[in-house]
Amino acid sequence: MRAYIPGYELVTPTSLNDALKLIAEPGWKPFAGGTDLMVLLESGKLEPRRYINIWPLDELRGIEATPDSITLGALTTYTDVQANQILRKEFPMLCQAASETGGLAIQNRGTIGGNIANASPAADTTPALLAYDAEIELRSKDDSRWLPYQGFHTGYKQMLLRPDELLTRIRLPRNKSGWTHYFRKVGTRKAQAISKVCFSAVAHVHDDRVVDTRLVFGSVAPVVMRCVNVENELRDRVINTDLIKSAGQILRKEIAPIDDIRSSAPYRLQVALNLLTDFLSNLGSQPKH
Amino acid sequence: MPDHPFGKSIPRKEGRKKVTGEALYVDDLSFDGMLHGVTVRSPVARGRIKNILFEGDLPWDEFTIVTAKDIPGGNFVALILNDQPYLAAEMVNHPEEPVVLLAHQNKYLLEEARRNVRIEIDELPPVYSLEDSLARKAIIWGEDNIFKKFLVDKGNVEDVWSSAHLIIEGEYHTGAQEQLYIENNGAIAIANSEDGVTVWGSMQCPYYVHKALVKLFDLTEDKIRVIQTETGGGFGGKEEYPSMIAGHAALLAWKSGKPVKMIYDRAEDMVATTKRHPSKTRHKTAVSADGKLLAMEIEFIIDGGAYCTLSPVVLSRGTIHAAGPYYCPNVRIKSQAVATNVPPHGAFRGFGAPQSIFALERHFDKVARKLGLTAEEFRRRNFIHEGETTATSQEIRERVDMEGLLNKALELTDYHAKTRRFAAERGSRVRRGIGFASFMHGAGFTGSGEVYLQSVVGAEATADGHVQLLAASTEIGQGTNTIFSQIASEALGIDFDLIEVLQPDTSKVPNSGPTVASRTAMVVGKLVESAVLGLKQTLIGSGFLPEAYSSQDFQKACGEYIDRFGSLKTAATYQPPPNVHWDDEKYQGDAYGAYAWAVYVAQVAFDELTYEAHVEDFVALQEVGRVINPVLAAGQIEGGVAQAIGFTLFENVVWKDGRMVNNQMTNYIIPTPADIPPIKVYFQENPYAYGPGGAKGIGELPMDGAAPAILNAIENATGLVFTEVPLLPEKLMEGMLAQS
Amino acid sequence: MARLLDVLREELKLTGTKEGCGEGECGACTVLIDGQIVNSCLVPVAQIEGSNIKTIEGVAQESNLHAVQQAFIDHGGAQCGICTPGMVLAAINLLDRNPTPSESEIRTGLAGNLCRCTGYMKIFESIVKACQSNR
Repeated sequence: MRAYIPGYELVTPTSLNDALKLIAEPGWKPFAGGTDLMVLLESGKLEPRRYINIWPLDELRGIEATPDSITLGALTTYTDVQANQILRKEFPMLCQAASETGGLAIQNRGTIGGNIANASPAADTTPALLAYDAEIELRSKDDSRWLPYQGFHTGYKQMLLRPDELLTRIRLPRNKSGWTHYFRKVGTRKAQAISKVCFSAVAHVHDDRVVDTRLVFGSVAPVVMRCVNVENELRDRVINTDLIKSAGQILRKEIAPIDDIRSSAPYRLQVALNLLTDFLSNLGSQPKH
Repeated sequence: MPDHPFGKSIPRKEGRKKVTGEALYVDDLSFDGMLHGVTVRSPVARGRIKNILFEGDLPWDEFTIVTAKDIPGGNFVALILNDQPYLAAEMVNHPEEPVVLLAHQNKYLLEEARRNVRIEIDELPPVYSLEDSLARKAIIWGEDNIFKKFLVDKGNVEDVWSSAHLIIEGEYHTGAQEQLYIENNGAIAIANSEDGVTVWGSMQCPYYVHKALVKLFDLTEDKIRVIQTETGGGFGGKEEYPSMIAGHAALLAWKSGKPVKMIYDRAEDMVATTKRHPSKTRHKTAVSADGKLLAMEIEFIIDGGAYCTLSPVVLSRGTIHAAGPYYCPNVRIKSQAVATNVPPHGAFRGFGAPQSIFALERHFDKVARKLGLTAEEFRRRNFIHEGETTATSQEIRERVDMEGLLNKALELTDYHAKTRRFAAERGSRVRRGIGFASFMHGAGFTGSGEVYLQSVVGAEATADGHVQLLAASTEIGQGTNTIFSQIASEALGIDFDLIEVLQPDTSKVPNSGPTVASRTAMVVGKLVESAVLGLKQTLIGSGFLPEAYSSQDFQKACGEYIDRFGSLKTAATYQPPPNVHWDDEKYQGDAYGAYAWAVYVAQVAFDELTYEAHVEDFVALQEVGRVINPVLAAGQIEGGVAQAIGFTLFENVVWKDGRMVNNQMTNYIIPTPADIPPIKVYFQENPYAYGPGGAKGIGELPMDGAAPAILNAIENATGLVFTEVPLLPEKLMEGMLAQS
Repeated sequence: MARLLDVLREELKLTGTKEGCGEGECGACTVLIDGQIVNSCLVPVAQIEGSNIKTIEGVAQESNLHAVQQAFIDHGGAQCGICTPGMVLAAINLLDRNPTPSESEIRTGLAGNLCRCTGYMKIFESIVKACQSNR
């Protein structure tokens, strides 16, 4: 333990309103399941030092469904996600991502809201959230707003969350059930891996024509990234080998993988291309190879 | 308990303590008034220390601060060359080299303090790679950067090259590997000039630590006491390093007058302590038209890091294993251990052999291919047999049947049918392949090592008829306590539960040598057998015990003997088996008393989308003499194979300026429960005349064969020939893209 | 911000919970909070107010070992023992949720607990044997 523990504060508010009041004051940050922040604490790199313990706030828990959407409290854990029948049926990529994040002990503490707010480009559930057109609710002491999750992350560890705001809910429209869903996390070992590449994609295909699609990659850019240019190339086109090839060419320009201690840029690029190709090749009536 | 425990799967002796959490590891101990200690380390790879500054708003007078100037005795870790300082005094030679020690009772404040010590250094040009060291880009150690060289010369390779049917050359590389015991290094010390130095710690070799502390404090042997606490894995990583951390804790205790606990966190353990030596091997092999080996020239080089530590002995084992379980009339092996400005590399299960065996097995796959033979056929034609000689001209005097092992291993895995089936399935996105490696591993110290060690084991009976075994050999998970008790119980013909194994404590147990080199069961176990037989002879000879007796008779006799004579103790000292000769100058002769022989088969699945190779199935077949405890023995093999799978496909030390930069378990990835295939372990038993009950050593063996078997299987799956480990998906991708 | 792990080990002297990495990777510090396994190195003690914590010390009932503990002894599931308390708790939690897990469910259930000694085979076998003895 490299941190000077007495230098840290972790206070527990009694309600969400209390928490919002506290976060309106400068210097305070939310602390949820701790699976990312405690790792930074261990290495002595956790800044700043004043935290609001939002973990006990039941207002931030629970999964609620309406005919049009399903709404997850920000503190919904990876374990909660996997246990929910609607999510399993209609949002399988989110469940698979949750099941491939850490081990069970991490899944019991890690939260969907935390995965978003930690803003890591290697996050595992956020590609699925983007592919499912998630919206997020941000609340402050005085107001609340819903934003599309697409565009929320603006740069490495940068996002549209004001310092006085708390991420409170995540809403997924229930409109992808007839679509093809494809999720693949690539992390060399089969469990407890940090992604080298993560791909989450959905497509609605009719008569071999791509009606609509979402293509999202993790770990290939400073943010988890929806590849809009590739999506535009594909939309309303008939799947064939030429289209798959041109989609790959656009992908090359759209993502910007880097070398780091976990992998290399060429590997990330090539695997991203392979996964995209694999996804597209199996859309429609006949596999295209 | 069964009457004859030998050969049976008796449950681990300390198992209950371990499953209930009662077993006490070093970090579980604490003492009144105890301080915590930390190490401040060099920020750079090489340079001259200019200044040490204690900065920040900290109560520095509350801290115990130790630098090289405070060392009472010699500032070196006593081992082979004594070149490694406990604390750098003028020069630093690798990143993270210890420079300053700090102690305080508040461990959080201590971390603040560690961050606020600044070591100013005039940097000097460093050398980071084995190649740069050999090229002498800078002279960083001695006159030529070379810690040790060996030359093994059998026959005359030069006579062969011109007349050979084929000459095949190749170059092979292996990377560093972290031992990654789950318990980090740690020690607690109490030290003062009156009582001397007492250290508790996680370690494999209490007498190595003892020897090092004697020199560090310039005290007599009786003033140093080293106690092994329950040890959470070693794998070689707690062979030499505990001498360092124990010394540091003791220096802080000496200066502060208080007990000092020093426990590394994972980041420090990974960045600062030893790893497996990276290696480079070049092979040049001459074969006849009928596929027989004519000559092998092998150049084997290992990267030792900044100080000599154990590199000469690692080099020795790697050198001797470099020509494998094959007969070749002409062999020349030239080997070197070189210096680089990285933390010293050290002992790790296999100790040089996994490196040189990897190169050999990969190379022989290539030789077979060039000859137009299958990998198995080439080996069949060249396996060593009883009466033939190894590279060091050691005549094999035991029955060895490598071909029988190969046949059996291939049969167990359905190798031929699978080879055909996998070939027919090509074209699918997941390609499968199967491959094998054949190898051997020598047990015990190399050459005359055991004779120099002169290991001793004691046995003492208690008045109620229990037998205590006194040895410095440590239980580190491999089952020392249990197998020693089985050997003693079997030899005495008394209940297993009457045997007790004393906690290794240098004030109470004799020096039975280090717990390394696959020597504990075979060499020390034999001494256990001899020592307890001494008790029996004494009791029978003195008339207290009849020739035929029960456990109760034995207990009664012990009581009566001790009543009469006060105590009943014996000791046994190592005696080499007859007709063992070793020439240290020429590196020729009987390198090891016995070898374990093995063939391992791996099945892999390779995913063309992600370039990930996973081992799906693994068979480990070995001949190991008599198996003392089948469950424990299989556990050794399975654990070793799992580590070797990590070594092959996952474990990559990422270096930057001589420092490991992925020193977290998140980023240095070892296999999880989801990554290990079924490992099926088979033993064949050919009793070894000089091992206890016929046993040979097995601890290191399973580390040797998996890497070449897996790469052979990947070659089978993809048609790609890889020559280095770790073989990560990034490398596999390069191969695939180059192929298409 | 004090870690649950440190409070257990240093203040309550419950040293059966081990620290292997401090970052939730190895599982040596596994404990149960209200029946769920967690890495106690990642849990600030402030977050467990009102919760029920179970450590390895609370598994055996007096001298009676849990079937999983006994199976680990009998079938070689423990070697050096440092991962064992966490591994035993993860295994018991798995069997509580799923009394007859398949091999792949065992692998998934233990995926957050690393062992460097056993290669996991004997751990899997111990769990299978514990299921059988439970029946």
